[in-house]
Amino acid sequence: MYKLLLAWRYLKTRYIALASIISVTLGVATLIVVNAVMSGFTHEMRDRLHGVLSDVEIKSAKAQGIPNSSAYIARIREICGERLESATAIVRCPALLNFQFRGQMINQQIMLVGIDDETYSSVSDFKEYLLNEQNRLDPNFELKETGYDARMEIAGWPHRREQVEIERRLQKQYEEFYREQNGLKKPVEQVVIPRIDEQVGDDVFAPLPDSVPELNTEDDAIVVLDAPETNQIPSTVDPYSGQRAPIGDEFDPSTEHNVGIVLGLAIAHQKGRNPETNEVQDIFLCRPGDDVQITLPAANGPGGNLRPASAICTVVDFYESKMHQYDASFAFLPLSELQRIRGMVDMNGNRAVTGIQMKFKDGTNLDQIREELASTFPPMIHGFQIQTWEDVQRPMLAAVELEITLLNILLFLIIAVAGFGILAIFFMIVVEKTKDIGILKSLGAPNRGVLSIFLSYGLSLGVVGSGVGTVLGLIFVAKINEVARCIEWMTGREVFDPTVYYFTEIPTIVNFWTVCFVALGATLIAVLASVLPSFRASRLHPVEALRYE
Amino acid sequence: MNRPTALSEKAIVKVIHPDDNDSIDHQTHQSILTTKGIFKSYRKSNLEVPVLRGVGLEIPEGQMTAIVGHSGSGKSTLLHLLATLDEPDQGEIYFGDRRIDNLSRGARDRFRNQTIGIIFQFYHLLPEFTTLENVLVPKMIEQNVFRYWMNKKKYIERATYLLELVGLSHRLTHKPSELSGGEMQRVAIARSLIAEPKLLLADEPTGNLDRENGEEIMTLLRNLNQDEQLSIVMVTHDENIANDADHVIRLESGKVMRQAA
Ligand SMILES: Nc1ncnc2c1ncn2[C@@H]1O[C@H](COP(=O)(O)OP(=O)(O)OP(=O)(O)O)[C@@H](O)[C@H]1O
Ligand SMILES: [Mg+2]
Repeated sequence: MYKLLLAWRYLKTRYIALASIISVTLGVATLIVVNAVMSGFTHEMRDRLHGVLSDVEIKSAKAQGIPNSSAYIARIREICGERLESATAIVRCPALLNFQFRGQMINQQIMLVGIDDETYSSVSDFKEYLLNEQNRLDPNFELKETGYDARMEIAGWPHRREQVEIERRLQKQYEEFYREQNGLKKPVEQVVIPRIDEQVGDDVFAPLPDSVPELNTEDDAIVVLDAPETNQIPSTVDPYSGQRAPIGDEFDPSTEHNVGIVLGLAIAHQKGRNPETNEVQDIFLCRPGDDVQITLPAANGPGGNLRPASAICTVVDFYESKMHQYDASFAFLPLSELQRIRGMVDMNGNRAVTGIQMKFKDGTNLDQIREELASTFPPMIHGFQIQTWEDVQRPMLAAVELEITLLNILLFLIIAVAGFGILAIFFMIVVEKTKDIGILKSLGAPNRGVLSIFLSYGLSLGVVGSGVGTVLGLIFVAKINEVARCIEWMTGREVFDPTVYYFTEIPTIVNFWTVCFVALGATLIAVLASVLPSFRASRLHPVEALRYE
Repeated sequence: MNRPTALSEKAIVKVIHPDDNDSIDHQTHQSILTTKGIFKSYRKSNLEVPVLRGVGLEIPEGQMTAIVGHSGSGKSTLLHLLATLDEPDQGEIYFGDRRIDNLSRGARDRFRNQTIGIIFQFYHLLPEFTTLENVLVPKMIEQNVFRYWMNKKKYIERATYLLELVGLSHRLTHKPSELSGGEMQRVAIARSLIAEPKLLLADEPTGNLDRENGEEIMTLLRNLNQDEQLSIVMVTHDENIANDADHVIRLESGKVMRQAA
């Protein structure tokens, strides 16, 4: 009885002891916050890493690919049985992308992925990342009138029509000008002009012209003026002419478009700050509705030689998985079109693919699936590479896991250091209370009674410390975005620069067991730290203790 | 002061020399404490300080016995041995017929807690506890939480009664630091009585008090001795106080000097 009462009284009157557990409190709070934020980040990151990757993919490194994909899919379905949710065949191919932005040519290396728009979104979260809201519901490779992301002022058909309009008017002006200059009477067959619809300059933030600019005949047509005076207009004038859709009766770019392509947002989009207002701005190098050119190695090069294939596509949408690595490289187009462009269709109409992507039911052991598939299709024979999405991102995931482990160890060390602080302060308290211990013993208190006073004192300090720490940590996690905003407000700097990070809110996940583990661990450390001084107290000789001044 | 007749026929404190241990013969007066040839020395590294060198004595029941001697003659050491706070190097101590110097630690804890009362020169109250709680401490030690709560009312009643007895019924909720020396000593007396002991051991209970307060404490002890038949063993410097006691034991160089009471 006296034990509890004394421990309680000591707790109430010894604020120094409370100070000793502030470090425990802070350690616990930090551990909880760090774990919540880290697992929030990890979860978010795993989500994004998984993003457009399927659970498991069988890849063939051969240019000709896998000839009979449906047979393989049937076999896979046989092996995996119930666990397999869906599978789809794809063609993957590195390619060069080029398009014009304000009269300049932009080159990008990309990874082309030919997908079957019917089945592809069943193996990954692909469609959820599309910017067009209609495509998010039912993805296809048609250019849309509306439904594009609000960040683009104009996109889709309206944008394409506007561009075609501008181009046609320029074309007309140019033709007239050219005729005048060359004294030609009859209209020119075909004229290709450089794109000069926008002013090219250093200031990319200059507003786009509302109307088609007048042709500055002196400057812009200079190339043409130097051209040889023939009816045939030199095709060398525009090095990018291949990018344009041929103008003719069959193809009207204002109502038709080329093969649809879905680009990763980061390929065509940048975030930047307006140097004047310091506001974050979206800059689109191209938009849905624009034509782009892709150049890729064809699969059927004569005699095994590499032959480039090229095609003009129309951007129909962007996808944003918020995983820069993917957003900056993947571009999707219809499987059949890519097979055609690469020459992967044989004379009998059989189509080859380079990979098969699979999605499995939640909770399936993907590593086991990989092993099963590997034993069915031995890499030695088939030349396949079988990877789970985690295999693909292994270095990244391992780095993050290591980081979390290290952080936890470091923070627990902090609590351990706090434990030594408690140890020291407890020894102090035992020394201070030596006389009380003598009194209690002279009144018949047994050793274990004295021991339990100090142990329960340590326990209550630990409980209070880790309890307060837990509560503080949880409050901090709950209010972390407010805290970040507060820090932003105080320092005038953004904690998470939106041009670098994709999220505006800090992701957090509070794991009940982690919190329990941390709180119990800290309590245990506090108790352990009090064990030694408590034993010392219980061993004190009553007479010596009473004599102590 | 009205002395009971039983005490007027003075008992003789027998002094037993270490060499004639066997010569104890039990008197008509029942002795509550008996020691036989107690030796006690303190060791500090190689240096041995002999303090008690064969102390044998009998303390009669229901009387007030004073232990006197020079400073450093080993009075406190002897009292600690009698209170089982320490163990003698050699010799035996009996409480009534029960040998107490070789009891297990738990049994000695219970002995101090339930059978005897101890008071010290420096009061030794717990500073975190109120007057009332200090008096209740032995009961708190004795009972587990559950039983203590069950009997709490009874204990508080007794503690209040004892504090009333020592004249402190109006200071129940004060902390020791808010009391005077005399008051603290009276709290300590109340605490020593909570377990209704037969024997009270006191180490210079008035040593730290002025004359007036000291006399008050002495009156209190004397009354307890007479009204409750409480045996009191008291270490003191003060010759006046010693003269007031029924018996006087004089310690000199670690031995008991024969002394007429
Ligand atoms: N722990 C110890 N270690 C060494 N010597 C000790 C110890 N305790 C007591 N002594 C010695 O034992 C002797 C007796 O001490 P004790 O306290 O019993 O004397 P005392 O008679 O009570 O004196 P006083 O009247 O001053 O209280 C002293 O000489 C003291 O120095
Ligand atoms: Mg003394």
